[in-house]
Amino acid sequence: MKVLIKLFATFRNERFKQAEKELPPGTSIRQVVAQLEIAEEALGMVMLNGRHAPLESELHEGDTLSLFPLVGGG
Amino acid sequence: MNELLEFVRGQAKGDLVPWEAQEEAARRFGRSLAQVEGLLLEAQLLPARYQRNRQGISTAQQLRLHRARVAVIGCGGLGGYIIEELARLGVGTIVAIDPDVFEEHNLNRQLLSAPARLGQAKSEAALARVAEINPAVTLVALQQAFGRDNGAELLQGCALAIDALDNIRVRLELAEVCDRLAIPMVHGAIAGWYGQVFTQFPGEDHLQRIYAHGVDGKGAEKTLGNPSFTPALVASLEVAEACKILIGVGEPLRGRKLIIDLLDMELQVVPL
Repeated sequence: MKVLIKLFATFRNERFKQAEKELPPGTSIRQVVAQLEIAEEALGMVMLNGRHAPLESELHEGDTLSLFPLVGGG
Repeated sequence: MNELLEFVRGQAKGDLVPWEAQEEAARRFGRSLAQVEGLLLEAQLLPARYQRNRQGISTAQQLRLHRARVAVIGCGGLGGYIIEELARLGVGTIVAIDPDVFEEHNLNRQLLSAPARLGQAKSEAALARVAEINPAVTLVALQQAFGRDNGAELLQGCALAIDALDNIRVRLELAEVCDRLAIPMVHGAIAGWYGQVFTQFPGEDHLQRIYAHGVDGKGAEKTLGNPSFTPALVASLEVAEACKILIGVGEPLRGRKLIIDLLDMELQVVPL
């Protein structure tokens, strides 16, 4: 299945802004995050098709997954 | 009081009261500058220092700002600019909370910092700055660490809280306290070229969800640091949110979050 992955801010460094990935059916968000070598504790917002989604959510054909890093400074 | 207003009206140009007249009225009638400001605004006179506010903010709305008490939690990168802008806007009482003193690594961005103030409490610097730029504004300086235990006491009487904290754990405690007090919390956070802003209203839990993965804070700012322009921008956006909520105009960032990427110059609003 094809899933569009959008990365934001620092997650783009040495990765990509957005890319369409071919993933096996049943792949979870957590697995994609691991494949991208993003530490879970560095994750801010995780959005699936424009809505907040837990990491265990399964992805489906045509989904758009957006990952934002945690921003906490002041 | 009638004598005071009579005196001031004699000095006013139209409905604008020059600063000198406000000062003289305070001296002559034994009132504080803040009290005189309230009396003027109630009489629909506008302190002339706010004349360029007035296309967007009416005299009645200026009175609402004057009567408002707003807490700024953190007086560093975001907080310095937020306090400056609230004071110039004419927010009557600003509660500035920060346990820290200035250190050398603050100098690249923190508006209230200066070489001569290294080692000085940030909340004290806020007090001195507001006394200098708008003495009609009352700044309550609290050199204390905010937390869930003392939070309700520190925010007592505040119409809203503005988040200028530098860590996630205390932000979540602030959200909890604001929810308990049923007041809005204007949230802002920065990391390097990046920032985010939204307002959380009582009963909402967006902040808790955004920070669910990393409560103990591996925020990108730990590696990216913070340049001078990101806090200035995010602070201004937070003050715009606060101003709108205080005077009841416009649409706050409610249920949606503004995401700022200054490196690729992308600003976007996403649903929460």
